[in-house]
Amino acid sequence: MRNLLIILACLLSMLLSTAHASSDKSTQELLIELTTVKLSKSIPVLQALAENDAEKMLPLFNTMLKGQLYYVKSDKQLLSIAKVDGVKQYTKVFTGEAIEPLSKKATKKIRVNNKVRRFLRETIARTQLSASAPESREKALISLLSKLDKSIISTIQSLREHESDETVLELMDVAIAMYTLSNSKEANERLSAVHTLDGRLENEVRNLFVSVVKNETDSKVKAAIDKALAMLDDRIENYQFVNKLFFGLSLGSVLLLAAIGLAITFGVMGVINMAHGEMIMLGAYTTYVVQMMMPNAIDYSLWVAIPLAFLVSGSVGVLIERGVIRHLHGRPLETLLATFGISLILQQLVRSVFSPLNRQVESPTWMSGSLDINPVLSLTLNRLYILAFALLVFGLLLLILNKTSLGLNVRAVAQNRNMAKAMGIRTDRVDAMTFGLGSGIAGMAGVALSQLTNVGPNLGQAYIIDSFMVVVFGGVGNLWGTLVAAFTLGVANKFIEPITGAVLASILVLVFIILFIQKRPKGLFPQKGRAAE
Amino acid sequence: MSFLNTFFNNKLFDRGDQPGSRTLPFVMLLLAVTFLASFCNLALPADSVFYVSTYTITLLGKYLCYAMLALAVDIIWGYCGILSLGHGAFFALGGYAMGMYLMRQIGDRGVYGNPELPDFMVFLNWTELPWFWQGMDQFWLAMVMVALVPGLLAFVFGWLAFRSRVTGVYLSIITQALTYALLLSFFRNEMGFGGNNGLTDFKDILGFSLQEDSTRIGLFITTALMLSLVLIASHAILKSRFGKVIVAIRDGEDRARFIGYRTERYKVWLFVYSAVIAGIAGALYVPQVGIINPGEFSPVNSIEIVIWVAVGGRGTLIGAVIGALLVNYAKTRFTAIMPDGWLFALGALFVLVTLYLPKGIMGLFDQFRERRNKNKAVDLQETAS
Repeated sequence: MRNLLIILACLLSMLLSTAHASSDKSTQELLIELTTVKLSKSIPVLQALAENDAEKMLPLFNTMLKGQLYYVKSDKQLLSIAKVDGVKQYTKVFTGEAIEPLSKKATKKIRVNNKVRRFLRETIARTQLSASAPESREKALISLLSKLDKSIISTIQSLREHESDETVLELMDVAIAMYTLSNSKEANERLSAVHTLDGRLENEVRNLFVSVVKNETDSKVKAAIDKALAMLDDRIENYQFVNKLFFGLSLGSVLLLAAIGLAITFGVMGVINMAHGEMIMLGAYTTYVVQMMMPNAIDYSLWVAIPLAFLVSGSVGVLIERGVIRHLHGRPLETLLATFGISLILQQLVRSVFSPLNRQVESPTWMSGSLDINPVLSLTLNRLYILAFALLVFGLLLLILNKTSLGLNVRAVAQNRNMAKAMGIRTDRVDAMTFGLGSGIAGMAGVALSQLTNVGPNLGQAYIIDSFMVVVFGGVGNLWGTLVAAFTLGVANKFIEPITGAVLASILVLVFIILFIQKRPKGLFPQKGRAAE
Repeated sequence: MSFLNTFFNNKLFDRGDQPGSRTLPFVMLLLAVTFLASFCNLALPADSVFYVSTYTITLLGKYLCYAMLALAVDIIWGYCGILSLGHGAFFALGGYAMGMYLMRQIGDRGVYGNPELPDFMVFLNWTELPWFWQGMDQFWLAMVMVALVPGLLAFVFGWLAFRSRVTGVYLSIITQALTYALLLSFFRNEMGFGGNNGLTDFKDILGFSLQEDSTRIGLFITTALMLSLVLIASHAILKSRFGKVIVAIRDGEDRARFIGYRTERYKVWLFVYSAVIAGIAGALYVPQVGIINPGEFSPVNSIEIVIWVAVGGRGTLIGAVIGALLVNYAKTRFTAIMPDGWLFALGALFVLVTLYLPKGIMGLFDQFRERRNKNKAVDLQETAS
């Protein structure tokens, strides 16, 4: 029934379009024509399609170029059939929607030959290169670098006259120079091409240098390429170093967020909160729930999630302190066990409420994407924001501890509990507040983590041992120690990783800390003087 | 002979008020139950009311291994105040040593039929045994390794940690990191211990098929005997001068040090002793459950051991055994009835025991006895007056 309607609609549109002037055929009609026309006559049809609306036709051209364009014999509808892992995938050409598989006899392939392919490639390139946004032109050029040929170069050359954007212009020069270097017979031209390409970091440029240098006959050009190649490798190495450093700092920022709350509770109360990881998990689930509640405003949901996660985890923290930890005062090992019990309960609770499966939290648009500094170095935005967020939280915490009366009380209790009590500080309230603060920060860490990984009941467990290590490494009672420890461990991990693999890297870091603790049992920045004992 | 007499009179039968004094009666009870259960399995027909299935026997054997592990933790936590969150590591190392022996016993009966290499090595395209697998087909060597590897690790770790006076929460965290590091390493295929899957598909031990009921009974009885031996030995050790120093260290390490004891040496040797017991428990555990994999190293397992001890009552030896048996029985029942509920129950157990039952079940007994004694004293007074 539906097919019948489609055919009727097609017929109707055909009737209507034939009523118009035949020289200006409608797109719909041309598409039908494409299915009937002979291979040798298909280029004019494609040409007409491109003239009508080239940008809209891009998916069609791309499918056709790949040889995946088919049509249904009965109603002349176009579709794409691609083999993915040996399974045929049937999709609509323009929307990419999946459709019901059809029998082999019902469809027919639209054939292409080299001539058509060349035409298609050129048209695609031209269409993309004349896109209105400079960014899309840039992207198109970069994707073209690996498949330059004469027709594309002439397209680029003709478009270059009207190009106004500087980066696009530079890229066009690179493309032309790359073509010249591989095809020109004149040594001078090749030499100037090498000079143009010198300092470019694109992978294609490097590949071209490597392949060309073997067959280069002119010694001058060869020397120039060698020099450019050496410099290129040098620079790539430098940027890769920066890249690793960035990933290390990113891991460090996550560790910092996860560990800092642990550090202050340990510093003030001398207890390790084994349920700290679950506070992180609660924060991440808060983010998930907030997103569920405001599905139309994902971009703003984080601004709601951050304070909410702080409140949720913080109040759970206060509850734990009031309900359990207070009663175990002065017995740190028992506290450790009790909080571990709480962590088991919280994990199972989340599993029962939200299912044991991982949940995906969407990133807001302003956090997705990356900051492309050059082809070798691109920093993902979400990691960049989380790094900034971690430092912000650290700064805020420093302010709270150093400038507010709560901070003063916290520091006093951390230094000497009995003396603080004697001076009239309500230590039990300070304990509850500290625990709430530490847990609240863990909740915010959960919001940050939800942007990097999936949210699941075991999220906290994955980070808890590492954050313990940060606290042990950094020492208690000094937030700077935590900062240094977190970033040191993060960076160290990422630098050892490429050499030994991820698992061995974390083992090495653990072993290092176990050995480190022998030399400095109180961490990097131990408390000195009376505060120490 | 006179030595034995004094030993039995002074060390074992003294009914002092200190916890741990009920060791010998408990051992008797344990052995009696063991032999009764074995008898009921072997001699009675399967349809008898008193028949004990082989499944139950294996389960009991498993519990006894856990009990021995709990005992190991109790020795250092209860008597020396060292809370190890990494004792699962020693247990698993002992288990792996036994697993390697059992693996070599498979011989050419594996899937690939290679007489020298275990299946997973053939699968990884290895051509020869790694050096640490050499000789593990000898039972005696495997048994030496069961004690030596955990003991050595405990010695190195303890020597490093105690010498630099790492104590309390710090030490607990590092022991946890230790087992975590081992967990990660044993997951790697390159380590040569079967990676993710661990060692399994065992066929026989010392020529006895592991599928036979009689072998399982044998393993069960061996475990019970071993546990009894360790109980008696630990009791003797902790009653000795060495044990007194250990308790002194628990109650005031600085004072003990100032008096002139090299506290770190005492702690290291106790730690090694405890690790060896854990290793033996692991070695007995593996043939009974038929598999050892890196999951045994997971930090959560190690913390669970601590709660067994806490439930039973630490610093009492038999409390640890009772706690391990009770909690694991509860776990088996619970996970059968409502699998999701177990973690809630375990979590609640952690919280409630630490809050309301700091001395565990044994502490409860002591309280009862004290109250009864007090009542008796009051009665005597009344009759006297």
